[in-house]
Amino acid sequence: MALLNVHVKEKIAFSVLFCVTLFVLTPVVVVLWIIFKNGLPALSWEFLTQMPTDGMRSGGIFPAILGTLYLVVGATLFSLPLGILAAIYLSEYARENLLTRLINLAIVNLSGVPSVVYGLFGFSLFVVFLKLGVSILAGSLTLAIMNLPVVITATRESLRAVPDYFREVSLSLGASRWQAVRHGVLPFALPGILTGTILSIARAAGETAPILFTVAAFYIPHLPKSVFDQTMALPYHLYIIATQIPNIPVSYRYGTALVLILMVLILNLSAIVIRSKFRKKYKW
Amino acid sequence: MVDQTPASKFEVRGLSVRFGPASALRDVTLDIRAKEILGVIGPASSGKTTFLRALNRLNDLYANMSYSGSILLDGVDINRGMASETLRRRVGMIFALPMPLPLSVYENVAFGPRRKGIRERKKLDVLVEESLRAAVLWDEVKDRLKTPATKLSGGQQQRLCIARTLAVKPEVILFDEPCSGLDPVSMAKVEETMLELKEEYTIILVTNNTKQAARVATRTAFFLMGELIELGATPKIFTAPSDKRTDEYISGKFG
Repeated sequence: MALLNVHVKEKIAFSVLFCVTLFVLTPVVVVLWIIFKNGLPALSWEFLTQMPTDGMRSGGIFPAILGTLYLVVGATLFSLPLGILAAIYLSEYARENLLTRLINLAIVNLSGVPSVVYGLFGFSLFVVFLKLGVSILAGSLTLAIMNLPVVITATRESLRAVPDYFREVSLSLGASRWQAVRHGVLPFALPGILTGTILSIARAAGETAPILFTVAAFYIPHLPKSVFDQTMALPYHLYIIATQIPNIPVSYRYGTALVLILMVLILNLSAIVIRSKFRKKYKW
Repeated sequence: MVDQTPASKFEVRGLSVRFGPASALRDVTLDIRAKEILGVIGPASSGKTTFLRALNRLNDLYANMSYSGSILLDGVDINRGMASETLRRRVGMIFALPMPLPLSVYENVAFGPRRKGIRERKKLDVLVEESLRAAVLWDEVKDRLKTPATKLSGGQQQRLCIARTLAVKPEVILFDEPCSGLDPVSMAKVEETMLELKEEYTIILVTNNTKQAARVATRTAFFLMGELIELGATPKIFTAPSDKRTDEYISGKFG
């Protein structure tokens, strides 16, 4: 009887867990399905490579795609080196004391700050105070700052996942502290670091609030010429055509959403590919 | 106890090591002679590993470590008179478990030389072959230098770690329970390697296996609760120890 009981409970537990998992997956699948179904007809070479026409009701969304690419690259250029170097310091050099504990606490809290706050911060620091104006540079920097805590945390966790004996072995072979980090730890943490940072960049690509006051333009009839120009960007463009402009074909809106989602998916996919490739190379 | 007839490689004087409030080593004074195998035995938490890691300053990695006393290598204080990188190039270490880095066999051996700044492929090739030969591993791996080191067997991995240490051209090699994860055959091979290395290197062997010390050590030191209890020629320690506690440990009454 007791045995049967265990068996029944096992079945119940399995079904409940399975149903919950399905339930969690449903919204993702439904959202993707709706966007693909409605957006796919809009996708065309023209849609991807042309300027918008007719008050953004037709034509392409090229400037928004390009703007988002600029912002992603710009944010990466700033947040990757800064974040990785800071994480190396925190994980490999800093000794456990009040200061490092405060820094760690600050990083944890920074990743919880709402993105609109980063947007306003970027506006007052980069646009107004540093006089960069509403520009790609200001927007990239704002996204980079928002990204920093995520990059630092991902890098630090990857560094910590490298066993201590890698460091001891490197040092015992006469490596300096930096050599031990550079050759005995960093190569093995790299897959994790890249995965974490690419995921954070993918997230940044879809953010609207941080670029709202710092770079995003409603509509510009030409492409940006330098980093001090404004640019259109996909998330903001989507918001505009979804709420501000009447009489837009439905497929046009969904097409824009689809392009944004595809960009994020491609970034995530590349993160997975990089990780599995490195996993094979450095296995311990 | 200070016997000056053969040259002393290490002179340890009044060495005490603490980790925070916990004392790990108390007032240890001993000499390690050039080209001997000094066996270090003792039960768990007797301080023997702390002693070993003091000799290449790996204890420095612990933020709460503090020490007093001095360790001289060829007459120079290792804590005040030289950079830790220099010390660790002269004093290599083999860890308890075989710990190859997840690199190829070749790159594992070339790791130390590369950090010294040796880039020339030919020089590295020679060093790698020499070191693998000295560690009695060359014949087994010469055709698969490019395979990941983690694919080797446990015993081969440990000899690879020995080769890796030899490639740095040390004068002293510290063995920290090098056979604790190995089967008897692999253990015999590692011991054989050790005896061959003795011709050229000073070796300090920390081991939980008292029989191993009896087999390979020239002299043996017995540590207990962070103190050096007794140091003497291995046959004497194992047949006629002067301290009762040494006798009890060796005959298996505790530990």
